[in-house]
Amino acid sequence: MYTSFWLGLLLMSVTGVCAEPQNFPAHTLTLAASCAVCHGTNGNSATGLLSLAGMDESVFIAKLQAYRNGSQASTVMHHHAKGLTEAEITALAGYFSVQQHQAIVEPQAQTLELQHE
Amino acid sequence: MQRRDFIKQLAATGLIGAPWFEAHAVPARKVQGRVVVIGAGYAGTTLAKYLRIWSGYGIEVVVVEQNTQFVSCPLSNLVLGGSRSINDLTFGYGLLQKHHGIQWVHDQVTHIDTAARKVTMSRGEMTYDRLVVAPGIDFNYSAWPEMQNAEAQRLVPHAWKAGPQTLNLRQQLESMPDGGVVVISIPKAPFRCPPGPYERTCQVAFYLKLHKPKSKVIVLDANPDIVSKKALFLSAWKELYPGIVDYRPNSTVLHVNPVTREVETEFERVKADVLNIIPPQRAGKPAQMAGLLNVDNNWCAVDFRSYASTISPEVHVLGDAVFSPQPKSAHIATSHAHVCANAIVAMMGGQEPDPEPVFANTCYSFVSDRMAVHVANVYRYDAEKKLMVTMDGGGLSDVPSDLEGTYAQSWARNIWSDALT
Ligand SMILES: Cc1cc2nc3c(=O)[nH]c(=O)nc-3n(C[C@H](O)[C@H](O)[C@H](O)COP(=O)(O)OP(=O)(O)OC[C@H]3O[C@@H](n4cnc5c(N)ncnc54)[C@H](O)[C@@H]3O)c2cc1C
Ligand code: HEC
Repeated sequence: MYTSFWLGLLLMSVTGVCAEPQNFPAHTLTLAASCAVCHGTNGNSATGLLSLAGMDESVFIAKLQAYRNGSQASTVMHHHAKGLTEAEITALAGYFSVQQHQAIVEPQAQTLELQHE
Repeated sequence: MQRRDFIKQLAATGLIGAPWFEAHAVPARKVQGRVVVIGAGYAGTTLAKYLRIWSGYGIEVVVVEQNTQFVSCPLSNLVLGGSRSINDLTFGYGLLQKHHGIQWVHDQVTHIDTAARKVTMSRGEMTYDRLVVAPGIDFNYSAWPEMQNAEAQRLVPHAWKAGPQTLNLRQQLESMPDGGVVVISIPKAPFRCPPGPYERTCQVAFYLKLHKPKSKVIVLDANPDIVSKKALFLSAWKELYPGIVDYRPNSTVLHVNPVTREVETEFERVKADVLNIIPPQRAGKPAQMAGLLNVDNNWCAVDFRSYASTISPEVHVLGDAVFSPQPKSAHIATSHAHVCANAIVAMMGGQEPDPEPVFANTCYSFVSDRMAVHVANVYRYDAEKKLMVTMDGGGLSDVPSDLEGTYAQSWARNIWSDALT
């Protein structure tokens, strides 16, 4: 009985969406991951709104500079772009430019069970 | 195989030095050690996922979570306003486990022995190389003995952990007659989600304006002023809900009668038809069990480069339980998780963590069914202050807008997708 369970577990981990670790410094990975809440995992937005995956590096840098100096109006991005260093913007441009376009998986909403803590 | 057997087996092989488990559960890669994660909220789910990915699936990750479902606090105030259902905000953990080969234990942690590196649950125990405690908050009702039972908390819901409590508060609003009084009590900061109580005030007012226009909402705030997004909330109350919101600062609730729904502050007695007391908070119970509450006996101090506890260096604390100047938000909780995941991968590989982590935070709040406002900042580690400090350039929305409402809904779908798949 356990064998089938553990085998199942093994298969799940083999057939799952095992993303490859990426060759970026931890600093860039943390920062890029903090953009994901609005721009989607690795820049692939679940809503299609504002995906960054595959964006050309120079376009990316120009956009962030425009948010920083106010030449591009924005609701929220000026508040994000101004807190970053030039080096961070360049590193993020490199990161998002090599991200593949991917269909985003969303979790399915469920009916709430009432014995929730 | 039944879940119970799985738990028994965890207890039997115990995950306690179980060579068979280690050899088989993680395919092909060299196992670098076992990290046990307590709590699968925003912080715990994100940590578990990114620890697996960034270690190249080399670190074994076991999550212990007491609930079978994830219910999002973000957007849960919209359930009160009526533009969202709690079932839109409730998800399972299956995809996260399956996509990343995360071992999952559905159980409640009851004891933690940091000297023996052992976690005890109601149905088993296991050991760890590193422990991550991401338990969210615990409510502190000690100021009101009359509130310290389940029946009182049913009559006077907190609705500050989304789930049945949110539905309870919504149902009380629905059954209240027109002309009724809703009272929301806000504790002294710090608490989970600084703008949350004021967003809730907007959502309750939105519901009243639409369905019970003779009613009002009285806000008894223990703080001397609105804690977050003050000008934006004040103008929303004035322009969108004139005559409905009555805000009273410096109003600490001293006594509660849960049956009559009366409260007493230093200055007055207020009788409510619907009473929502958001209690004072502290780090969740598992952090208490591990003896990690070293700030005011409420919160956990950490090293912001790794989220290692300043008490037990192989125990990390994430999310709302952490003592820091940043707001207790879901976005921040996931950022703690990213920094911590990177640090654990580095440390287990014998390297130093990033000396100067940087991350962003945004809290969106809905002032109506569609319009939202934000506060956003970038934070950077300051080695001298040993804190994450606020960078220049952050700030607030100028005005509420439908456009920001759309971005806030998109934020939710992206953070759910990132944390739960
Ligand atoms: C009404 C409201 C609105 C909010 N809106 C926003 C928003 O718009 N944006 C935003 O960024 N943030 C928002 N927040 C804040 C956000 O919900 C929290 O900051 C976030 O949930 C913190 O994540 P966490 O992982 O630290 O804790 P949680 O998400 O609470 O997760 C803790 C987990 O630990 C588990 N656990 C606890 N004890 C045990 C135990 N003994 N054994 C096993 N498991 C255990 C719990 O079941 C839970 O799943 C809001 C909060 C509220 C209440
Ligand atoms: C709170 C949500 C949020 C966060 C977090 C966020 N962004 Fe944005 N981003 C937006 C929004 C919204 C826009 C559209 C402009 C606006 O209204 O601010 C945008 C626009 C952009 C654009 C231009 C997109 C285009 O196609 O023109 C880039 C590039 C970008 N963001 C990069 C980033 C990076 C890099 C980070 C992380 C450091 C980040 N963003 C974090 C919300 C966010």
